[in-house]
Amino acid sequence: MEPKVNNFEHIEKPEIIVVETDILIIGGGMAACGAAYEADKWASPQGLKVTMVDKAAVDRSGAVAMGLSAINTYVGENNAADFVKYVRQDLMGITREDLVYDLARWVDDSVHLFEDWGLPVWKKGDDNESLDGHQAAKAGKPSLREGGKPVRSGKWQIMINGESYKVIVGEAGKAALEANRVATGVEQNLFERVFIIKVLNDKDDPTKVAGAVGFSVRDHALYVFKCKSALLGCGGCVNFFRGRATAEGQGRAWFPVWNSGSNYAMGAEAGAELVLMENRFVPARFKDGYGPVGAWFLLFKAKATNALGEDYCETNADEARKYYGKYVDNIGTCMRNHMMIIDMKAGKGPIKIHTDVALATLGETMDKKAMKHLESEAWEDFLDMSISQAGVWAANNMAPEKVPSELMPSEPYMLGSHAGCAGLWVSGPGDFGPAEYFWGYNRMTTVKGMFSAGDGVGASGHKFSSGSHAEGRVAGKMMVAYCMDNPEMPEFAETADELAAEVFLPMETYAKFSGYTTDPDINPEYIRPAMVQQRLQKIMDEYAGGTSTYYMTSKTMLEEGLTYLQMLKEDEVHMGAADLHELLRAWENHHRIVAAEAHAQHILFREETRYPGYYYRGDFLAIDDENWKCFTNSTYDKNTREFKVFKRDYHEIIPE
Amino acid sequence: MPSFVITEKCDGCKGQDKTACMYICPHDLMKLNTDTMKAWNQEPVQCWECYNCVKICPQQAIEVRCYADFAPLGAACIPMRGTDTIMWTVKFRDGMIKRFKFPIRTTEEGTLSITDGVQAVAVDVSKIKEQGFYTQQAAGETFVTP
Repeated sequence: MEPKVNNFEHIEKPEIIVVETDILIIGGGMAACGAAYEADKWASPQGLKVTMVDKAAVDRSGAVAMGLSAINTYVGENNAADFVKYVRQDLMGITREDLVYDLARWVDDSVHLFEDWGLPVWKKGDDNESLDGHQAAKAGKPSLREGGKPVRSGKWQIMINGESYKVIVGEAGKAALEANRVATGVEQNLFERVFIIKVLNDKDDPTKVAGAVGFSVRDHALYVFKCKSALLGCGGCVNFFRGRATAEGQGRAWFPVWNSGSNYAMGAEAGAELVLMENRFVPARFKDGYGPVGAWFLLFKAKATNALGEDYCETNADEARKYYGKYVDNIGTCMRNHMMIIDMKAGKGPIKIHTDVALATLGETMDKKAMKHLESEAWEDFLDMSISQAGVWAANNMAPEKVPSELMPSEPYMLGSHAGCAGLWVSGPGDFGPAEYFWGYNRMTTVKGMFSAGDGVGASGHKFSSGSHAEGRVAGKMMVAYCMDNPEMPEFAETADELAAEVFLPMETYAKFSGYTTDPDINPEYIRPAMVQQRLQKIMDEYAGGTSTYYMTSKTMLEEGLTYLQMLKEDEVHMGAADLHELLRAWENHHRIVAAEAHAQHILFREETRYPGYYYRGDFLAIDDENWKCFTNSTYDKNTREFKVFKRDYHEIIPE
Repeated sequence: MPSFVITEKCDGCKGQDKTACMYICPHDLMKLNTDTMKAWNQEPVQCWECYNCVKICPQQAIEVRCYADFAPLGAACIPMRGTDTIMWTVKFRDGMIKRFKFPIRTTEEGTLSITDGVQAVAVDVSKIKEQGFYTQQAAGETFVTP
């Protein structure tokens, strides 16, 4: 097809808004709010400007937008070395132990602040019963900071009343931005509903950050940010594989549907090294609504079985050991999936979690009032963070105290904060660990001045919400340090007019050609963003180990899929967008494509099955520690649009 | 469909430039029809059912109809979000009703402080490259290493 050009002949030129700042925070979720909070403290006394740009509204943006019923990383009475062992084991032996250990040193400070700011935290009562956040306050229970005893659902997890978790953390983030705005005298330093499409590099040094460009989804305006340092806090990647839902339920992804791979794509295009992009997370959750199982398994002690009543993690252990040996013992999340999938393939489903038995067992030692409280706790788990699951239960007349519920492993997701570890390769803290893991600023990527946190940082999963906030704070502090060391404002080569033409091309294309056909959806000159997404999902599902092949792929399958992906890359420049909302979708899907290709290229490179239950290389079904107990990293050339994948050494810091 | 807007109840947030639901939706789904002055969900296939539009609507004009590609009709989860608690009514397909009330916060919205308590300490910029947040440094917390 003829290349498309944008001379603004069919749409108006946008207003061009240029913003200069020292620190630019891209994103508005937990990591971004943490960065704003800590950066303000160090930057404001020196007059350094902190600016945040969020594609949504900070009150309810990011992965915690709906709320959460637990904080999954609170160290408390435990220690950092044990945290490393737990994370390493769950991530199949390969993790940046410096980053994980480091996180454990910082994270509780954020949790304590959340409680100070108004987050209700469950506490243990005098008889070891659970008190919700309000009951605990009424009973005069001290805060966590003062030694209050949290309700642990696991060694690292604590229960909260988290409906307004993000509202509270967002309020603190916005207060920090306001404090910095007043200190620096700028007019505006929070830009909501502005979507950043790419990071801009320094014109003389392509390994250095110089700014970012995006557009408003509300006003016809281009936003050009000039900065000394930038944070990518843009979440994980969702809906790049075909989901299990067939129509409107595709919105019910387990992870938020607005996580469009932007962190990985913008990082890669800016030249940052990626790590473990083959890693994915396949949560086994309540079927269809993807409601959380953590509280049911850990707090209520529910058991899951196949349809024959067998505990598949026991009955399939010997079978699994043939390929995965010692990794089957001390079982982690992907291995648990693997055991479940063995039974699903053998027709021993449906797999069910016995909520009814769990509640009945707990009820044996409880009075009616305590039982009522317990039922309420079980429903809150859904109503705080996965309301759809409550809807699915209600729609199917399923009361958890009466009937068991079906579990299902989902479509794949990429993320760096939960039980997964895809993301950018960043510097460690520097006060311990091998020299090759430290290059000057904690959490800085391999692009000078560009940092990341939360889902954006790879090889260090299990940060969750609290760890993402804490990691954002570390990055926020170190961005200030970077700006102090590098006071010159860098410049990029692109002009605002060039950037406007690029950003708004899909709208020009649509305006130019849509009149040619009677139905604007079907037009030979362009493809609408929704169809790009559907095509990407189908390619990834069929060739890169989606649900339709039970997560199975291989060299030959991936190579076939990559030829189709290549043509999708050629076609995406022909996207047509009718309005600013669709322009948002167009650029989100561009990001998904780059992130998806990284995923496929990494799976192709790693010739083993490191994460059984998440994906399988049919041609290398076993774990191969001899050749592959290493990091797999990659870089992307934005001009040739090609990935180069290579190995980096894994160093054990905490002995077994 | 996920979220839907009840025609009769929606007042388009009384002619402001954007509605509450447009303001809050994390995925840019809610839109105001400026002819009818009613809001609608412009892309239900992208709706996460996060209920933020439902919770924020001043007219209680927004509800959620569960995803019809897997959920039978007739159920509803209806929130009433107050200043410190949220009340939920869960209506089952067979008519059973369950009601729950949960805390949401212990401070009044808009009043939290980022300079109170442990946050009221001076930041020593000369220590920026030493380990620890400003709060941890001020408290003299030691940073362990392996």
